[in-house]
Amino acid sequence: MMEAQKYVWEGAIPLQIHLHESEVTTLPPPLPALILAPRIGYLPLLIPHIKPHFSSALPPGVDTVWFEYKGLPLKWYIPTGVLFDLLCVEPERPWNLTVHFRGYPGNILIPCEGEDSVKWSFINSLKEASYIINGNCKNVMNISQPDQVELWHSVFNGNLEAYLKVSSKLKLGTAGHEYSANLSSGSFVSRQSAGDTDATGQVKTGRVPVRLYVWGVSEDFDDLEDAPQIDSWDKISYINRPVEIHGEEGKCFTLLDAVKSLLPEHFQYKSLTNEESSKEEGEDEQKVPSEEGGENLSEYVESCYPSDNAEVKLVRIQGIEPKLEIPFSWVVHNLMNPEHFLHVCVCLKFSQVKIPSDG
Amino acid sequence: MDISSWDGTISLAEFHAAACALVEKWKKVEGYLSLENIILVSIKEEHDELPSFPQKEETSCSDKEESIDIATLVQGQSDHDEICYYDLHIVYSAPYRVPVLYFRVYYSDGEPLQFEDIKKHLPAHSAKTLLDSKWTFITQEEHPYLNRPWYKLHPCGTGEWMKLLFQGDVSLARNGAAIEVYLISWLSFVGQVVGLRIPYEMLNQL
Repeated sequence: MMEAQKYVWEGAIPLQIHLHESEVTTLPPPLPALILAPRIGYLPLLIPHIKPHFSSALPPGVDTVWFEYKGLPLKWYIPTGVLFDLLCVEPERPWNLTVHFRGYPGNILIPCEGEDSVKWSFINSLKEASYIINGNCKNVMNISQPDQVELWHSVFNGNLEAYLKVSSKLKLGTAGHEYSANLSSGSFVSRQSAGDTDATGQVKTGRVPVRLYVWGVSEDFDDLEDAPQIDSWDKISYINRPVEIHGEEGKCFTLLDAVKSLLPEHFQYKSLTNEESSKEEGEDEQKVPSEEGGENLSEYVESCYPSDNAEVKLVRIQGIEPKLEIPFSWVVHNLMNPEHFLHVCVCLKFSQVKIPSDG
Repeated sequence: MDISSWDGTISLAEFHAAACALVEKWKKVEGYLSLENIILVSIKEEHDELPSFPQKEETSCSDKEESIDIATLVQGQSDHDEICYYDLHIVYSAPYRVPVLYFRVYYSDGEPLQFEDIKKHLPAHSAKTLLDSKWTFITQEEHPYLNRPWYKLHPCGTGEWMKLLFQGDVSLARNGAAIEVYLISWLSFVGQVVGLRIPYEMLNQL
């Protein structure tokens, strides 16, 4: 478990940042800045590193920094890795971004006053996660000032060890595990391998903080580079809704289950109430006869839920596309961001024709 | 509804029921309630008329959001030069399981007010609370449906004080119609932050 978290924290996106041509006042224009941006970090935190590179070329005036990708202003409170996974379907390395120091689009982006804004956005998200998990924000509100500083610095610096020390005080164990702040990585691994199909006490009812970024296509594409470019935030459905886990014995709640449960308008997701579960008592429902994994899984699931009007085409978390049948609790625990939210980028393909129900 | 064990929060279905109870006075847009183009008089003035809620019945939920011009010009303007208009949206928060107030303020030409100017228009007690907790009371965030920056009253704690509000009112607990009045009660509390007062006739229904 520690392994996966380490990889997440060490993950970074190489950026090549160009100053917007309207703001270049020197000849020759400045070269783009190259910087490695932590996945779990935020773009405004890079400004102190970027600004010196461009300051001599800037027109006079006050700086109001914002970033843009192919004309789309980037929302600064979304972690860098998520922005990349969402907007760069065919990963571009380095990722070419444009930076502006003037003309902040206040009608589209909420204001950003540098590190402070990012820090408070982070803390507010942490509070929200705490509320979702525990039903209150007390743990976050009550940590000491030095701890809060330490927590933020650990995220700012990408220091996982320091982060784990402070965050354990927040008692944010999520549903699907034993609620224990003293959970060591070793015991967690063995508990997990005992499986989610294990006896009671293993999978608990609860809510999991998730942020889903959904975009849809009506035409299929085989290659990622054929995927349509997202040129407006209106094309992305942002769903900030917790996943509800109902502890069910003998039933594994998968990543696909979780995604579908958040999209009831597209998927008729049902939990342990339908006839399928009574047919196969105790058997693992989610064993799918798939040869190729993803594609066949969604076809199989579609035939179980014939009134779905969409198909899950792509699920990307921390830059990877996990197999959809992986237990959701594993995904959450290993791939969540420091504010305890799991950010999931989903591409849906909408069906043209409704698949007839078998009754 | 058993008030004693209730934590002050509501489910999405309950929010819908509560919203329907309020919808005669407000326009219900897909997913949230909106009340737009209203003028809020500064509480400093005691003899002004309250902005009146629309008298006409609103049509039910439409897909497109239309602003209704229900601005009422009030006798006795505030001592500021310009009239400010408020748009108020009540949106359900799935994480916090409570309603959240989103609002924006603008001049008659549509120009949005800067945060500093909004603070001047807020009732005195709000301005003070804002001073004490800049980042946690009123924040500027993206409207969950409209993809634009709006101001939002932070929902943390709403569950707790809603529970207190209901527990303190014996008639509410006895009534059993708690969900229907949830939003009006919530609004009577939250509205004070921006200076919105609920007309007596609405509260009288309780």
